[in-house]
Amino acid sequence: MGVQYGFSEQQTEIRNTMREFAKERVIPARAELDEKEEFPHALLQELGKMDMMGLYIPSELSGFGGGSFDFCIAIEELSRICIGVSVSYAANALGSYPILLFGTDAQLKKYMPPIAKGEKYCAFGLTEANAGSDAGGIQTTAVLKGDKYILNGTKQWITNGGEADTYTIIAMTDKNKGARGASAFIVEKGFKGFSFGKKEKKLGIRCSATRELVFQDCEVPKENILAREGMGFIVAMKTLDTSRPGIAAQGVGLAQGALDEAVTYARTRVQFDKPIIANQAIQHMLANMATKTEAARALTYAAARTIDAEEKDVSKISAMCKLFATDVAMEVTTDAVQILGGYGYMREYPVEKMMRDAKILQIYEGTNQIQRNVIGAALIKEYASMK
Amino acid sequence: MHIVVCIKQVPSSIAVKTDPATQALTCTGSDYLINPFDENALEAALVLKDSDKAKVTVLTIGAAQAADVLREALGRGADAAQFISDAAFDGSDAWATGKILAAAIQKLGDVNLVICGKQTFDGDTAQVGPSLAEFLGWPCVAFVRKIALEAGALKVERMYEEGFEKIALPLPAVLTVGKEINTPRMASLKGRMAAKKAQLAPITAAALGLAPETVGAQGARTRLAKMAPVPRKSGGIKVDGSDAAVAAKTVVDKLREMKLV
Ligand SMILES: Cc1cc2nc3c(=O)[nH]c(=O)nc-3n(C[C@H](O)[C@H](O)[C@H](O)COP(=O)(O)OP(=O)(O)OC[C@H]3O[C@@H](n4cnc5c(N)ncnc54)[C@H](O)[C@@H]3O)c2cc1C
Repeated sequence: MGVQYGFSEQQTEIRNTMREFAKERVIPARAELDEKEEFPHALLQELGKMDMMGLYIPSELSGFGGGSFDFCIAIEELSRICIGVSVSYAANALGSYPILLFGTDAQLKKYMPPIAKGEKYCAFGLTEANAGSDAGGIQTTAVLKGDKYILNGTKQWITNGGEADTYTIIAMTDKNKGARGASAFIVEKGFKGFSFGKKEKKLGIRCSATRELVFQDCEVPKENILAREGMGFIVAMKTLDTSRPGIAAQGVGLAQGALDEAVTYARTRVQFDKPIIANQAIQHMLANMATKTEAARALTYAAARTIDAEEKDVSKISAMCKLFATDVAMEVTTDAVQILGGYGYMREYPVEKMMRDAKILQIYEGTNQIQRNVIGAALIKEYASMK
Repeated sequence: MHIVVCIKQVPSSIAVKTDPATQALTCTGSDYLINPFDENALEAALVLKDSDKAKVTVLTIGAAQAADVLREALGRGADAAQFISDAAFDGSDAWATGKILAAAIQKLGDVNLVICGKQTFDGDTAQVGPSLAEFLGWPCVAFVRKIALEAGALKVERMYEEGFEKIALPLPAVLTVGKEINTPRMASLKGRMAAKKAQLAPITAAALGLAPETVGAQGARTRLAKMAPVPRKSGGIKVDGSDAAVAAKTVVDKLREMKLV
């Protein structure tokens, strides 16, 4: 019945561990966390004790030493039950990748172990009010004064904002240089001049914390720059290339979760004296949902394996899986609500939340239009280089 | 400090069926799990391990598949496991089970504290903990909801239906606990990976120095003569619902009659 993706023994264990956790701990909590818009701190703390917070972090830095594929498996299982919890979990990796990919030994040793153990959370700050898809338009500045960079500006809609202790921030060190004038910094909660806006009210993923990061003459030690001055956008793009399969995995898990609900319901809901699943119209909907979910999974795993194989340029495959799996998640969750009819629209059933949660996946870490732009640009480059 | 936790594999509640002829429980081919109160016992031991650097050993008696509960316990943080398995143990009652466990604990030699679940999901006797304490000659407090270790002795709270007792007792000792005491943790990924590889060779009656006729069905002091289902409560009053208006009136009349509305 199951499709064989060649999981190692370790990967099977990762899947089972997260599956059991999601079932035992997240199912009973998800509706209330959503309703109260409460950050899933206790769940993340428990995931820390279960070695899951450090899954993607090397063992020398107190992590588990897993790769992209391992991490995607974990995200998928958590997302099957709740995207709000899974983004609060996975955004730690988004915030950490700049350090893992570009950090010095000293930066790695200082910042990664507490994140790996789940003692501290992490977040990534690129977006601003006037710079979303067009990240090149960021206006936050960083000016070197003595042994400190002074940051000024406001980041918007930062996942884990306020909850995290460690932030990786993209700011302009030289506005005249355009894209080459950006740099990446590690900023700690508590640094002078760093504060937070209020928690945003959202359509979905309501338990996840989304806040503004406000820098007013914020003092960041010089040694907290990542890579070099001018490398900011390279840091950001490599980070997103690495993290996008995680968003794809959210899409796969969410689609699977919605499919689980839809099939279960269709088998038991009786109308016209037969279960609704006996109608071919319903079966065909379910067949499409299942097929697209499996295709999304296969593409996501392929992207994760490509990253693990240390392929140099993963932009295209990474964008492809994010685009495809999250479009599938939107479609499958919408169809799941349709199959549950009016019950699906009610909060007593989990699919209305799944549908609300799905939308963000097509927006964050680059909208799906932007993913198509990335794929298009990669195609142009690829074919231009062909003789 | 060496803590032993006795755990039992029990059928998951959904999977149990009763044989209509004998009324005995049949659990073949169903799902198994750690007896829920034993999970609390393990957690209580692991909490002491976290705070007082204790060593935790888990014991189970059972057939081959029972080793699964030991792996689960190792995954959660137990340091060692003893898989006690021998056909001679089949049919043990609470008395014989206590005897076997006590023999295994004595053989370990350096045990200071034994924690058991207050009762099992299947047998439901609540006797094994006290029984093994008797064999060991150690004090026992059952139905504990709080454990504190102070200056090498125990201070525990024992539950009653309306309230609790505070009891001080020396070590070594046996405690049994219920679900009130804690929320069991889940196994960590590294723990699970390591537990998969653990070697769990069966420890036999001979290895524990127990003569086969003193344990199992032969050594049992009690015999299960008969099991019977609890009589169902009578089904209340059924109202014919074919005509909604009539049905509603009937229900309201009944409620009025009973002075409920
Ligand atoms: C809940 C949530 C959490 C977030 N978390 C983070 C975070 O942790 N860190 C962070 O840095 N950011 C985060 N973001 C920001 C997110 O990445 C951006 O919202 C996203 O990149 C889109 O930017 P925008 O919202 O400004 O939309 P815009 O860029 O204004 O886009 C509006 C619309 O125009 C389309 N569009 C724009 N340009 C083009 C183009 N060239 N071609 C075709 N279509 C185009 C877009 O696809 C979209 O449909 C988060 C956002 C949300 C809502």
